[in-house]
Amino acid sequence: MAHTRPRTLGGILRGAGLTGRRILGVDASVSLDAIAVGTSLAVDRQTLAGRSVLIATDDQMTAALAVIELDGVARRMVLSPPDLRPDYLAAIVDDAEVDAIVSDRDPGTFAAIGKPVVGCGLPVAAYEGAPSEPCATEWVLLTSGTTGVPKMVVHSLDGLTAAITTPPPRERPTVWATFYDIRRYGGLQIFLRAMLGDSSLVLSHAGETIVDHLHRLAASGVTHISGTPSHWRRTIMCATANAIAPDYIRLSGEIADQAILNALHDTFPDAAIGHAYASTEAGVGFAVDDGLEGFPASLIEGGGDVSMKVEDGSLRIRSPRGADRYLGRNAEPLTDADGFIDTGDMIERRGDRFYFVGRRGGIINVGGLKVHPEEVEAVINRHQGVRMSLVKARKSPIMGSIVVAEVVLNDNQPAASGEGWDDALKDEIIHLCRGTLPQHKVPATIRFVPALTVTAAGKLARDHA
Amino acid sequence: MVKMTTREKIVSQIETIAKQQEKQIAALDDNLVLTDSGLDSLCFALLVANLEDKLGYDPFTASDDVNFPVTFGDFVRLYEDGAH
Repeated sequence: MAHTRPRTLGGILRGAGLTGRRILGVDASVSLDAIAVGTSLAVDRQTLAGRSVLIATDDQMTAALAVIELDGVARRMVLSPPDLRPDYLAAIVDDAEVDAIVSDRDPGTFAAIGKPVVGCGLPVAAYEGAPSEPCATEWVLLTSGTTGVPKMVVHSLDGLTAAITTPPPRERPTVWATFYDIRRYGGLQIFLRAMLGDSSLVLSHAGETIVDHLHRLAASGVTHISGTPSHWRRTIMCATANAIAPDYIRLSGEIADQAILNALHDTFPDAAIGHAYASTEAGVGFAVDDGLEGFPASLIEGGGDVSMKVEDGSLRIRSPRGADRYLGRNAEPLTDADGFIDTGDMIERRGDRFYFVGRRGGIINVGGLKVHPEEVEAVINRHQGVRMSLVKARKSPIMGSIVVAEVVLNDNQPAASGEGWDDALKDEIIHLCRGTLPQHKVPATIRFVPALTVTAAGKLARDHA
Repeated sequence: MVKMTTREKIVSQIETIAKQQEKQIAALDDNLVLTDSGLDSLCFALLVANLEDKLGYDPFTASDDVNFPVTFGDFVRLYEDGAH
């Protein structure tokens, strides 16, 4: 019987051209040449062979190095996102049967967990151990849900990389960057894209201001950047946005409305702009490159690897790029009997396109009529004075809830000096909503705010109270 | 500047909402039955929210024991009583 060796990240790198390619962090930059044959662990990696390992580092760079080193060695790698609440750690270690924690933190941080802690960090040293037979490592990602212990989602390297195609040769070297943390699905996709493609990768850094980050991206010669629409709105609100000159801009993780697609095109006229649909569970569903919000209905009807359908208004996906299962003793089934994952993302067909209208759980109920905050935000965001908006419910003794909006304005407010300009602008926005939306979806009040909160996962913070 | 009475503020808000929502409203006298006013329940929801912002008071949630107003006069009194 033929025995196929599993692909591993280290194996892929050792078989690729690595000249000039680097991973660039805020404090350090490491060449892939060194990473491919080196180690950043305090012990021989073989002591972790066949083990379940939690990678819980402060620095994304050390997480990247540990992932490259342990794929194909450990039985399972659980990637802890940076903002994981410490009180969830014990449950995760328990449920994922973690044998050891790989971390750049003080080992005392994990004293209460009672598992060995393996140090990791720079510099990368030459690996002296013998090569070993690789195993197919489970990659476990945590969901970024807002309540309770995050769910653990099991992927394989093959599934995670199934949407990545070989990029065409380019004149200038490709340098990827992502506003995401690479320990979340959206960021991990870009990390893998950079590793499998012929490119370098610039890591984000939680403590860095957006202005400093943009300067660092510019200095690194970044060509391809990915982030959520909220990340991108924050970027184009910076006077320094033009410091970068990307060839490719990718949006994912939230609904990309026409306003942000147009604003990005205006700010970066030479860049190709695409928005991708992906979730931690379902993987990368599809990418849309025509500059329009929503996606062509032909994607759902068409064949191919990824099957999609709409049931009870939500998008369902069956895909080789999706996760294998949820992990843990009380894990729910990931798919229905036919293998479809319910994404919880509500879509609506208008003409020959589908449009995302919001999350199933985020609905505002106005006297029995449903309103998705996101569909109202998409209309508000079309106003040329608006940079971003948050639509939410206000309790009403008459209708249960009514719709209200908080709006962040952009810098082009010619009338901002005249008296009453803010009321006039509110009227304009309401008028725009009235022209497009049924009455119950039009915000009752609009409040101008200086900023809106964006979560650690790069999404607009919504409190579903 | 003359201070508006609670009644005047209510009338002013109703006229604003009726205009926004493109509703024809009846003459606002005390005996007008609210369901005949030309305002639908969404208009009332907006009215109550706007009045809470203007007056700092929502009589419908201020107490668990609200007599829902039937006429325009009842509605005004609900707010006038709450203002004290």
